[in-house]
Amino acid sequence: MSKLLQVIILSVLVLSGCSSLGVQPWERDLLAQKKMQLDPYPLDTYLDEHIYYSKESSSGGKGVGGGGCGCN
Amino acid sequence: MATSSMLAASMQPAAAADGNASWEMDSALLFYSEKDRVSVIEPVIRARKEIGEDEFLNLRLVLDSLTGSSANGAIPQSTPQTFTSPSGDGTYTTPANETPLDPTFHDTRVAFSIDWEKPVNKTLRAIYSANISKEFDYTSLGVSAQYAWDFNQRNTTFTAGVSYNLDTVNPVGGIPVGMTAMPTTTAVSKASTDSEDTKNVAELLLGITQVIDRQTLMQFNYTYGNDSGYLTDPYKILSVVDGSGNLRAVDPYLYESRPDSRTRHALYWKTVHQFSEDVVDFSYRYFWDDWGIKSHTFDVRYRYQLSGGNYLQPHFRYYSQDEADFYNYKLTDGSIPDYASADYRLGKLTSTTYGIKYGMALDKQSEFSVRAELMKQSVDAEGPLPDVDAAILQFNYSFLF
Repeated sequence: MSKLLQVIILSVLVLSGCSSLGVQPWERDLLAQKKMQLDPYPLDTYLDEHIYYSKESSSGGKGVGGGGCGCN
Repeated sequence: MATSSMLAASMQPAAAADGNASWEMDSALLFYSEKDRVSVIEPVIRARKEIGEDEFLNLRLVLDSLTGSSANGAIPQSTPQTFTSPSGDGTYTTPANETPLDPTFHDTRVAFSIDWEKPVNKTLRAIYSANISKEFDYTSLGVSAQYAWDFNQRNTTFTAGVSYNLDTVNPVGGIPVGMTAMPTTTAVSKASTDSEDTKNVAELLLGITQVIDRQTLMQFNYTYGNDSGYLTDPYKILSVVDGSGNLRAVDPYLYESRPDSRTRHALYWKTVHQFSEDVVDFSYRYFWDDWGIKSHTFDVRYRYQLSGGNYLQPHFRYYSQDEADFYNYKLTDGSIPDYASADYRLGKLTSTTYGIKYGMALDKQSEFSVRAELMKQSVDAEGPLPDVDAAILQFNYSFLF
């Protein structure tokens, strides 16, 4: 848990300490492109997550929910 | 979880409202093949439509067809070994000095999910999601809700989500009693508690997405998961050896047994940055749970922008995990624990993935892409456990309908 706290505190400091972070509304041209989205190809992500979930013992981080599988 | 219709903590960009609101279709066909083991063919189709102002409906249908052999958990021996199949109706034999694989492994999974994205007000958006999937021995039902709140001129987004899944396992031959003997002939039935059992999965997400500058976006997430119920793999066994290291004569194989609860945590950091035209996407995840598993995942994709909207995207992923407290390569007669599993996926292992994707813009609204990946899993636990090599080939086609 202490690791979690450290990361949260660091994130908050990083995000709040730099008031220059961010852009004006008219500077969003690049951020609006599909290739700049956090998940531009959701089917790739879906298939990757399904493979890794079936072959490894970790999950989570990107999102919540979704169906389970037998994956024996 | 986080496998099927995972509600990722990232909202899709609102497509330009063009009034005629056609369906955005996304399709993929995946071929996955492990050397000497499992092969999978998985077609997926996803449809997205704007049904109101900034309000979207997403549907996804997946078919997953799997054949091949899967490690049953027993260790290789200098003589051939015979196991009963999960149904108890047949047997299969593993040659000497080979890792025992259960060849009766086959499955077809159908999964459907529906997402409804709805703006609550100018700065708050919601996604509600429901999913169902069905295999012949496994059913999963789930719902989730996620809210994203934009502030700081939409440069910062706070995300919160919850999900709940109820899964039902009804294995061939029933639920074996953990740590009881696997019959070695079809004349004996395994000890079974019931024909099915259930598993509950609850998850929570808290995240912040921050625009750093015109070319950079960052996301930090924390997810918490709580699994309870039947978390054991009903088809996996462990070998039991005697004091001199030989397979014990009576009841040489026991069904595995895992704790009936698990608490999981993940911290996730993702950065997307655009150079002049190229885009790099980097993520790192630290995962830990109360089964003693800790893992690190690094993932990087670099999109080389080519002319005409085409691109080439190499992908590298590295995953490393420690073993679960109850992971055992084998058990020793006289000291049988309450919980044990020889499933290599609970052992200390690393996975390395190399891939490349080529995308072609066919016109403004449609795209074709193909990707090929190689994944290697190396088990670093007590052995010998062979590496698992998998090849992945995937075709994508997206278009307006």
